[in-house]
Order: sequence, then structure tokens, then C-alpha cells
Amino acid sequence: MTVRRLTLLLPCALIMSAQVSFERIERAAQEPRNWLTYSGTLTGQRYSSLTQITSTNVKNLEMKWVLQTRAPAEPTSKYEATSLVVDGVMYTVQPPNVLVALDAVSGRVFWTYAYNPSPAARLCCGRINRGLAILGNTLFMGTIDGNLMAIDARDGHPVWTVPIGDPKAGYSVTVAPLIVKNKVIAGPAGGEYGIRGFLAAYDPETGKEVWRFNTIPGPGEPGHETWGGDSWQHGGGSIWTPGSYDPDLNTIFWGVGNAGPDWNGDVRAGDNLYSSSVIALDADTGKRKWHFQFTPHDEFDFDATQVPVLADINWEGKPRKVLMFANRNGFFYVLDRVTGQFLLGKPFVKVTWASGLDAKGVPIRVGHSTPEGMLVYPDNQGATNWYNPAYSPRTGLFYIPSWVNTYSTYTSRVEAYLEGNQFTSGGATHDVPALRPGATNRRLPEQGWGAIQAVDPHTGLVKWQFKMADVTDSGVLATASDLVFAGGREGYFYALDARTGNVLWKSMTGGQVSAGPITYAVDGKQFVSVPAGNAIFTYGLRE
Amino acid sequence: MRLSVLLLAALPLLAQEGHGVTPADIERGGLLFLTNCAICHGPDGDGVSGVDLASNHFRRAANDRELNAIIRNGIPGTPMPPGAYTPGQADMIVAYLHSMATAPKTVLRNANPGDPQRGKAIVEGKGACLTCHRVNGVGGFSGPDLSEIGANRRSADIERSLLDPDAEIRADNRTVQAVGRDGKKITGRLLNQDTYSLQILNSDARLVSLQKANLREFEIMKTSPMPSYKEKLSTQEVADVVSYLVTLKGRR
Repeated sequence: MTVRRLTLLLPCALIMSAQVSFERIERAAQEPRNWLTYSGTLTGQRYSSLTQITSTNVKNLEMKWVLQTRAPAEPTSKYEATSLVVDGVMYTVQPPNVLVALDAVSGRVFWTYAYNPSPAARLCCGRINRGLAILGNTLFMGTIDGNLMAIDARDGHPVWTVPIGDPKAGYSVTVAPLIVKNKVIAGPAGGEYGIRGFLAAYDPETGKEVWRFNTIPGPGEPGHETWGGDSWQHGGGSIWTPGSYDPDLNTIFWGVGNAGPDWNGDVRAGDNLYSSSVIALDADTGKRKWHFQFTPHDEFDFDATQVPVLADINWEGKPRKVLMFANRNGFFYVLDRVTGQFLLGKPFVKVTWASGLDAKGVPIRVGHSTPEGMLVYPDNQGATNWYNPAYSPRTGLFYIPSWVNTYSTYTSRVEAYLEGNQFTSGGATHDVPALRPGATNRRLPEQGWGAIQAVDPHTGLVKWQFKMADVTDSGVLATASDLVFAGGREGYFYALDARTGNVLWKSMTGGQVSAGPITYAVDGKQFVSVPAGNAIFTYGLRE
Repeated sequence: MRLSVLLLAALPLLAQEGHGVTPADIERGGLLFLTNCAICHGPDGDGVSGVDLASNHFRRAANDRELNAIIRNGIPGTPMPPGAYTPGQADMIVAYLHSMATAPKTVLRNANPGDPQRGKAIVEGKGACLTCHRVNGVGGFSGPDLSEIGANRRSADIERSLLDPDAEIRADNRTVQAVGRDGKKITGRLLNQDTYSLQILNSDARLVSLQKANLREFEIMKTSPMPSYKEKLSTQEVADVVSYLVTLKGRR
């Protein structure tokens, strides 16, 4: 080979080396050694077909490496990010916006990029980030001060930064973006600051906005009539957990946050679309195909910010494209994802704000937020929350990280909107600390507890549940060897039998698990990795 | 300079965490209130003529934001001084004020002011309180340490605890009763728990971690191991004990 030919080949090889085309993301299930998107695949299932770690050998899992981070600036700066793994390289985000590329086998760091957020950033619930997206050689990250950023995956250098919303008005970006074809999909958080939410598509090359769907419709837009007076202007509808995508339908599915102000619904008469809803949008135009509102006129802060899980299942004897959704409001839903038709809805924990759902899935309301305060199940953190669920096509079960039998007293107050201040107009009591565990747990069992629950989507019934003394903020991972991985606030990280819920293995991490686990393989060896406390813990089989 | 800007930005988040208040927030707010505000406003919030902080009606504050500002900035031209609180701390005080409004009425059943000297003698003698409680390093471990009780609790709360110990049991004062595999009874103060274990300070004042799998049964008690002093002490003696306990404010 001549020198000339070598130089020609080299740049080409470099460009090819980290290429993550959308075709790869679309077919991520076919390369389970990698974890190319927040949920592993675009379905939102967080299911891996890797089978080296089995129910028999899982007891031999041992810690392979730990990545320590700097202690967070505040106790609510939890490590909520899902890492990506591309051909042996892991990319992760430590709170608030510190991006790290590391060797997925050894934990050795290749590079670190620490974004310095504006002091104007304000977040209700911690300076956190839920993860990254990758396309080509570029990583995409939201920042707590309202920006979307592109960063070169090879050296950690920023490529572009575009503002999505004004941090002084409470706009932040905590969601892991989703790549759909040649677009980066993301939106702003800030539902407790009276923002007006949207989901938007951005050009991966430039950051230029390609389309925008207003989650709170303005004058002239359908759904605007569901907002009394000018209340739509600060109606919330934030975006803070990732959505999913169906290539066959060319449809993006995304959960939308609560209506604002959170606890005083009297100032926003109507159903308040598209708050607390799942929206189905055309991936090319952002035009709405359908929507389903789980909690019309929400008064409890029941964001529908859970990952919509897509699966093709047999429904009443016929194959059906469904969307499954375990909602913060306490109900598990199955919808037809072609039409948005309601198929099933069942509570998976004690629910007292509604006595049930009608034939169309509309809740029958009995609980309210009142000036005097009203005690309602579930509590303000909800029956589940940002912690991702999982679905195994093998077991046919849907796995939920649940807060069971929790309650809050919801109080409404009258409050004027003031830019940059919280606009919640009331409060909710918490017997269970909302976001961070106390140093100790001295609660009574009847004050609520946590569980990983397995729900049969055909009946909506809980088939098994693994109870924990404390609640859990952990996501769930399901694998093809019928294992379910999840953790909890106590710091345990578990492997459960996906069919029975029996504990097969556990490891004490010494910190709250607030993120979803992933699994990947390098050189034929399978790993399971999860952030807990201020660190990432990565496990593999003892050799 | 930069650090101070960042700190100020971060502090309010602590109390607003979860956009609600926890019992811990209220408890911290109560501590701040009793040590700083109660000097003028009284432990029940009605010490200043014409002002009832426990009523949930605030003449000069239309919402929590304004109340928070008054707590930090004071009211110029009145005896209400500015307080050196972070916005987060002020939020905890606000949360405590709201909790006072919904708390059961806490007026002393016993209007008798009591004699702290006699109360001290009862606590150390007839009442046998130090069998379980500690005051300034003297006494037992099975009950809560009382060395700072006067800074942490209102007199009416202390009186209620004496007469009706089961009325309110704080999370930090819960008792575990368990039976081991060998049938042995185990009692202690609950310090922590998880899915598999309980951490307690047992009746011999030893720190013990119990594996639930090794217990025949266990229960976190909803009643207090403390006897009621309703029949054991006279009305006067109860007043004496309360008047002594409110003087215990720790080494401040």
C-alpha cells in the first residue's frame, strides 16, 4: 500500500468509525451489543435480546467498574441519565450537564465536556439530565438553562448550541432527545414555572427548528378552546421524558406534562389539552394525528411524562399495534396506536382521585384539590413517574416501577403568575420524601412503599410485584433471558425473574437508583450498567 | 463572586423540591420558628397583639412568596426585623406556619404556669423520666433525648405528650417490637430500615441490625412505650414538668 493510498483511506475510516446512521437506530434491536437510544430501541420497550446473563448464572454477576462523579451541588441533582453505548464506547451525562465518553469495558475516561449552565437556570426538582441522543458522529444534549446542544462524539467539542426557551422564565431541557430520521426531537421542561410547552424537531446539522407542535394550543389551534380565558399562556404542558417512534406509521408518540398552575384548576376552566396526554405526531410535519388525555383538567400534577411503550400484540384474537402507558395518575392504559382508541385502563395502585374510567377511558372524577386540602391517593409523585417502564415480548408482561399506596393532601391557592417564579398555586404534602431519600427511613408501612410490578396488558391486572420497604425512582430493563433489572431508593440493584418477580441477584450500591439500567456487550461479553447515587455501576459475569 | 451567585440560585430549590413540602421541611421550619420567631410571636404564633400566625390569614402577604419575603426582609416601620434566612429556610417557616393552622388546637389544657425547679425534681425523681430519656448527657436511651426539647416543641405539644403519649409519634421516635427465631423478644428504637433489615437501638442501648429473615415477626409500633402521666401526676405537677422542659434548649 502506498503512502498516498493510506492517507486517502484514513479520513474515510475515521468518518466511518463512529457512524450511527438512523438506519442503525431504527434497527437497534438487531445489534443488541449497543444501546443507541434512551430506551434501547425506538419502541420504548427497554428490552434487550442479549442472553449471556441468564437466570442461572446471574448470581455470578460482579462489579466490573465504577465511575465516580463529583458530588452534586445539591441533594436533588440526581444521576437520572441513561447512558448510550456505541461499539464499546459509553456516553453519559452526569448532573447537571457534564458529558463523559468512556471505555464501556473498563470505565476509563476518553474525554469529559463540562457545560457551564447559566446561573439563571431554575428547576423545580433538581439540576438533572436524562440522557443523550446520537446521530452520525454527533451527540445531542439538552441543558438545564434551556438549550439544545450538539457535541462531537469523537472529542467532546461543542458543535452548536441553540436556545429552546428562556431559562429566566423557567424553561429548561432535561429530556433525552430522540432521533427520528434526520431530526432531533426535544422540548422544554418547566411545568412548575408557568411555561407554555411544545415538542419540536431540530436539524441535526444546524440546530434550526424544523417543526413545532404546541402542547398548549394558542388561538386558532385545535384544543385552544379547552383553556379558559388567557390561561393557555402559562399552561405548562412540559416535555421531560423521551417519547417513542413507529417507522411503519411514521408517527412519534410523546407524553406531555401537567397543566399549570398545578393545583388550582379553577383558573384554567376546561380540559386543558394537551396537558397530561399522549400525543401522536407525524414525524415529518409535527402535525397531530391523534391524542389521548389521561387526566383532563389535572389538579394533582399528574404529568403524563412516562415513556410510551409500543408493541404489536395479539388483542382479542387479532394482531394489533398498541401503545401501553403506565401513568403517574395510577392507571395503566392500552391504546390502539393507529387510531388512539382506548382499549383498556386499570389502576395498578390505590387510586381515589377517580372512581374508575368510563368506556372511552375518561376518568370519573371524585377527588379535587381544594383550598382546605383534600387527601387523595396516589401522592404527588404519582403511582409512577419519569422512571422508565419495560416490556418483554417474551413474557408479554409490562414492568412498572411503582409507588404503592402513597397519598398527598392537595391544596389549591390563588396566585398571580410572575415570570421566573414557581406558578403552582397550591401545595401537596409528602409523607414519602418526593425526590431524595432521607438519610434514614423510619416510616410506617401504611405510609406507602415501592415495587416493581408486572402487569398483564390483556387484563390490566398485576401478575406479580416485588415489594421494597422504600419507594423506587429506578427505571426497569427487561432481557431475553427473562430477567428484569431495577433498583430502588435503598440502594439495592436487583435482577428479578421476569416471570415470577423472585430476586435472583442483588447488589448494594449505597445510593439511590434514579435512572434506567441498560445492557450491552463488548467482545462477546455482556454488561449491565446503572447509575446510583453519584456514580455509574457496571456489572458482568465473573470469569 | 461567582460562587455566591450560584449558591443563591441553588438554595431555594431545597425547600421547593418536589414542589410540595415534606414533614421534614415543616419540622425544620418549626425549629427555626421556635428558636427565632417565638420570642415575640409566642410558640403558638399569637404572641403579638392582633397577629395570629396560626390562622393562615396574613394581612400583609397575599401568597407564600410575599410571606417568604416578609420573613427575610422584615416589615419596615414595625418591630418585625429582617431575618437572616435563605429563601429555602423561609419557605420551611412558611410551611410550618401553614401546618400550625391545620394542627389540632394546641392551647395548654393547664393554664397554670408551673414551677421549673419543681418540674426538674419530678423529671429526675418521681416521674422517673430519665429511665428512658436523656437530659444533657444523663439518663437512658430508649426514649428521645430531651436536652433541646424546649427549642423543638411547643409547651402545648409537650403537655399533650405527657398526658396522651400516643396522640402524636414522630417518625424519629418509633419503636420496633420483634420476636426472633428463638422466640426472644426484641425491642428498640427504629433508626432505619430497608427491604431486608431493621436498624435499631435496642433496650440495652446497643446498635443492632436485625435481618427480617431471622425474625418470626416484627412491628413498627403506632403506640408509644411511654406511660401517660394523666393519673400519675397532679395537674400542678404536669404544669411544673412542662415549665421545666421548655427551658431545655440545648447548648446554644
